[in-house]
Amino acid sequence: MNASASQDLRIITSRFDNPEGHSLAGYIQSGGYSGLRRALEMTPNQVHEEVREASLLGRGGAGFPAGVKWGFCPSEVWPRYLVVNGDESEPGTYKDRLLMERDPHQLIEGCLIACYALGLQQCFLYVRGEMAHAQERLAAALNEAYEAGYVGANVLGAQDFSVDITLHWGAGAYIVGEETALIESLEGNRGMPRLKPPYFPASIGLYGKPTIVNNVETLSNLPWIIVNGGKSFAAIGVKASTGTRVFAVSGHVAYPGVFEVPFGTTTFREIIFDSRYAGGLRAGHSLKAFIPGGASAPWFFEEHLDLPLEKTAVDEAGSMLGSGAIVVMDDTTDAVAACHNLVRFFARESCGKCTPCREGTSWLEKILSRILAGQGRSQDLDLLLDVCDNISPGIQWPPRQTTICPLGPSAVSPIASALERFRSEFEAYLPEVAL
Amino acid sequence: MARLTPGNITLAQEIITRYPVARSALIPLLHLAQEQDGYVSSDAMVHIAELLDITPAEVMGTCSFYEMFKREPVGEYMVNICHGISCHLLGASELIHHAVQTLGIKLGDTTEDGKITLEAVECIAACTEAPCLQVNYRYRDKVSTTDFDQLIDRLRTGTASIAPHGKLARTRQHIASQRRGGVSSPEGQTEPAWLARNSVADTDINSTDVSSTADRDNDASDNSVEHNISSSSL
Repeated sequence: MNASASQDLRIITSRFDNPEGHSLAGYIQSGGYSGLRRALEMTPNQVHEEVREASLLGRGGAGFPAGVKWGFCPSEVWPRYLVVNGDESEPGTYKDRLLMERDPHQLIEGCLIACYALGLQQCFLYVRGEMAHAQERLAAALNEAYEAGYVGANVLGAQDFSVDITLHWGAGAYIVGEETALIESLEGNRGMPRLKPPYFPASIGLYGKPTIVNNVETLSNLPWIIVNGGKSFAAIGVKASTGTRVFAVSGHVAYPGVFEVPFGTTTFREIIFDSRYAGGLRAGHSLKAFIPGGASAPWFFEEHLDLPLEKTAVDEAGSMLGSGAIVVMDDTTDAVAACHNLVRFFARESCGKCTPCREGTSWLEKILSRILAGQGRSQDLDLLLDVCDNISPGIQWPPRQTTICPLGPSAVSPIASALERFRSEFEAYLPEVAL
Repeated sequence: MARLTPGNITLAQEIITRYPVARSALIPLLHLAQEQDGYVSSDAMVHIAELLDITPAEVMGTCSFYEMFKREPVGEYMVNICHGISCHLLGASELIHHAVQTLGIKLGDTTEDGKITLEAVECIAACTEAPCLQVNYRYRDKVSTTDFDQLIDRLRTGTASIAPHGKLARTRQHIASQRRGGVSSPEGQTEPAWLARNSVADTDINSTDVSSTADRDNDASDNSVEHNISSSSL
């Protein structure tokens, strides 16, 4: 694998090139578990406060501040649980798997710090079912950490701090990345999102109890934050987007790769074109479009290249950084086929709970299929937008929802983007008689 | 085909003890059944229902939701070619077309020798290594049509060193009984012992119930006061 990282500053990918970084010995040798030791010298509230000061945004896609989410647990309801979201499956996203495979102890240490800070009494580490290697790396790391006294009864000898981490894996369902669906799945049910409110499982989650659901990358940042302090973390990046972030740049670039960069200071132009990162497009080709944050994100174009990789700027420009997935399309890309590809994903992964998504995404896929097959009808482009409008009224960004979760509206983004910019390509597919 | 073997029953019972509510072990037990038989048989589902004290229909309900569980026998090797967006841009369709042609089967079908089941799957998180595929959930990166043919040869001759379908992680989690932290039943109403460290710090500084407000309150000024005081008391 060619996964690599910028040499400048590495917080969570620092062990990616260390062949022993995944073992307990290799982890401890490179400073591992010192964040946990430091945390146990502080009070739980102080640890929480450090994380708040770090202004760590959740790295799973929604970008909600982790320290604030942590604060939503009702004060007198016990037990509280931690559920780790390792169900990485947004198309284009490739970071959590690497974090689990190459630095499993860092994630385990992050879990323990979170449990200590918030009084979370048991942790469930939910890994995507298809990631067999990540599962065995985490199992091996947990077995070592239990044996050595880092996890389980009396963590590091503390008489008052015991917490179990249960390794759990899924069985193939994108929707389970949605946190309430993840909880349903962990309870042994079909992975369908729960009705909101409550908006956060922190109030009512696993088994109806307060539950913090955090992404793998989010938790992997905690050891560094506790060792170096929340202020140091907040000093990296920019005001609303602190620390570093891991981006996977894939598609039509010279050197696809996974890069950790300071959050908010690098631009799309740098990460796509700079030789330290993806090194530009394939020789002889030019940029057509790029997806800035996973399949759900509206597309960006040439004019967006100088935007920073920063949450607010990207939100204001009408898309999202989402899960750190930058997919680059060059001038050979068939916009209709790419659009169909993304919509087919959502149609296949719709859980079927809400009608607009279940029916809408599969209709969108069928209409795009027939357009691609040269059997489109004259009204089909309007029909696409009409179905989109039924799933997400107004077809705007951020999307409005007629559904419990954002999966349905996500299918609208690629259609709105592609039709607005490349309408003539769609029309070119329509047979003469239809025009 | 079969109910769980005595060895797997023991393993299943150990897995169940890791969860506060037995039903949470349902997906892990379905994986165990699939590892045993290569697919999830009806008998195994009935057996799992008995072990978890739920109905076979509930087991089937969950089982049928997830792509990885096969309720009919499949090939010894599941070859899953990714057709997510990044792989699509770098030749997934051509690779899938080649696979269908050379294996002589449709997507979802199994070769006559029972060796290979072919599927096109959604993004498997190897986007920088496109086009990619998995064989029984083990990655193969940047796969050319030549690579594909060689892979199929090795699978057919049994030289690819990949476990038969159903086996996922080669290492299992094992928790020695004396190392267990203990499952936390949702019925248990007790505050975790270590949070008392907050109130010890509070008592030191004569503060009023900082622990509960700090958990709820996101007001930065409030918390920085609490933080400064308690760090000075250390």
